[in-house]
Amino acid sequence: MEITLGPLLYFWPKDRVISFYRDVCEWPVNRVYLGETVCNKRRQMKLGDWLAIGEELQSAGKTVVLSTLALLEAASDLAALKKVCDNDRFHVEANDMAAVHKLSQAGIPFTTGPLFNIYNAYTLKELIDCGLERWTLPLELSATDLYCILGQADELGLTDKFSTEVFVWGMMPLAVSARCFTARAHDLPKDDCQFVCMQYPEGLPVYSQENDRVFTLNGIQTQSGRCLNLLGDVPAMAASGVDAVRVSPQPDGTKEVVLSLVDQVSGVGEHELVHPAGCCQGYWHGKAGMVPMVDITP
Amino acid sequence: MELVCPAGSLPALKAAVDHGADAVYIGFRDDTNARHFAGLNFNEAKARKALQYARDKGVKVLVAINTFPHPAGWSRWTSSVDAAADLGVHAIIAADPGVLGYARDKHPEMRRHLSVQASATNLGALAFYHERFDVTRAVLPRVLSLSQVQALAEKSPVELEVFAFGSLCIMAEGRCWLSSYLTSESPNTVGACSPARYVRWEEQGASMDTRLNGVLIDRFDPEERAGYPTLCKGRYQVKGETLHALEEPTSLNTLGLIPELERAGITAVKIEGRQRSPAYTAEVTQVWREALDAYKANPETFSPQASWQKSLAGLSEGCQTTLGAYHRAWQ
Repeated sequence: MEITLGPLLYFWPKDRVISFYRDVCEWPVNRVYLGETVCNKRRQMKLGDWLAIGEELQSAGKTVVLSTLALLEAASDLAALKKVCDNDRFHVEANDMAAVHKLSQAGIPFTTGPLFNIYNAYTLKELIDCGLERWTLPLELSATDLYCILGQADELGLTDKFSTEVFVWGMMPLAVSARCFTARAHDLPKDDCQFVCMQYPEGLPVYSQENDRVFTLNGIQTQSGRCLNLLGDVPAMAASGVDAVRVSPQPDGTKEVVLSLVDQVSGVGEHELVHPAGCCQGYWHGKAGMVPMVDITP
Repeated sequence: MELVCPAGSLPALKAAVDHGADAVYIGFRDDTNARHFAGLNFNEAKARKALQYARDKGVKVLVAINTFPHPAGWSRWTSSVDAAADLGVHAIIAADPGVLGYARDKHPEMRRHLSVQASATNLGALAFYHERFDVTRAVLPRVLSLSQVQALAEKSPVELEVFAFGSLCIMAEGRCWLSSYLTSESPNTVGACSPARYVRWEEQGASMDTRLNGVLIDRFDPEERAGYPTLCKGRYQVKGETLHALEEPTSLNTLGLIPELERAGITAVKIEGRQRSPAYTAEVTQVWREALDAYKANPETFSPQASWQKSLAGLSEGCQTTLGAYHRAWQ
């Protein structure tokens, strides 16, 4: 079972990004996803900067994957996408069909991220024909859904043709929009956003009028209000055909999550990590995504 | 531009046809379409009647099979595609690559339109669906600005259909899972956002609370009209302030953009609202028919009549309308 580190979803200062990944070189993760997937205006890190980080991680023995933008609108977005797909050094994670189009034309195999809608093995088959070699389970699907899809893939003779990754820790990216909600909260138009999202290294919390944490604003992305924590389910995943588990970088405690996962994978661990916003496990257990384990009847 | 109108029932379809729709889109009575609400949609017999009625008046019928099938229900989606082909509909509207592949292989002669749920917002994605599934038309998500729509239309390999009027989805369609985060059900999986069976209206003294699966979405003062708790249109607390953090209750209205859309080469404009009443469908269809005809008669001098705008505002959420993402400042 591989442990992977998903793309950084927040907008951190460049120095912080570089020093974060320098630390990651020392962490026991097998595969690291790099790049800006959320907002086409966040351009402080150029492709060259990401490639340089990638080289360091690769030297440290990690597999490096470049992640692509999830919402592509303008011609300039497609030009940036082309550069990523043509990088020649690292694998690519497709987060939009535009990336699949480019990569399949060039005959380059790819991974799909958690925002990519794959709900059945017939869809997997279409994408495998285009070069998919790994997929990430969409966040809203459950363990039962996953095993049904893998069973269906088996019936279609696809079993050896792809590997499966599951997002197991982090605030879940649950929506993308044209509108920047962080700028809206600051009463700024998107075209003059002043990069206020940099003030929120773990996103801007949204509470109900009863003070329940509901969502998290991250620019044009809306995330879950609670942190997904499937560490306790990892041993069962390993036994059921999941090849890799993904941790999404948070400003604090990410290394501890990775270390805890190493224990989980080897079957010796406790999984009592907590997150200040609270944790949830609903989706994996077939419930509303926000539901915590304590409310899930066995 | 073709006027594409919604119908959740035979009376609504008749209303759309009688008031000037060029095409009407419908769904079957199950979770294969993104407006799967109780009492709505068509069984096969009703669909056959619908087809007959529309055909007699020269109006096309499109069938939305635009949710994402899970393996256990796969045969429901393929049966729907087969049924649409058997009915001889003008086109299906689909999003899932598995479903599109099935339609391509089994019914190559039936037109395939790409649903907005496929979230194709750029030339690369449009080219992919066109090349792989021979999609001939795509419905664009409501996240693009007018200039982005114009740029796409210039080079698109497929016909483009854009949303003209109705509920405003503020996220890229097909890529919003907030509804299942709160309720376990989403547009992608069951064809509904903020589903009614999770909604609770609670009087708290003089105020009214609206909840979705227990989560407080909004709290209304006595003088306010309490709206349906669509999760992205609630009032939440951000940085200590209570506000519509995502969007206000409002509807999309692009009547004023008819000249720009027409000049850009957009093929069709779509009215949202298969869940609406026949009376609603009739009124919106009639206003848009008049507007499109008025533009055609005098493109140089076209401007939306006040009576049209008044009528559409009256049919809108919170009686407000917006240009949404078409207008850059909204973003």
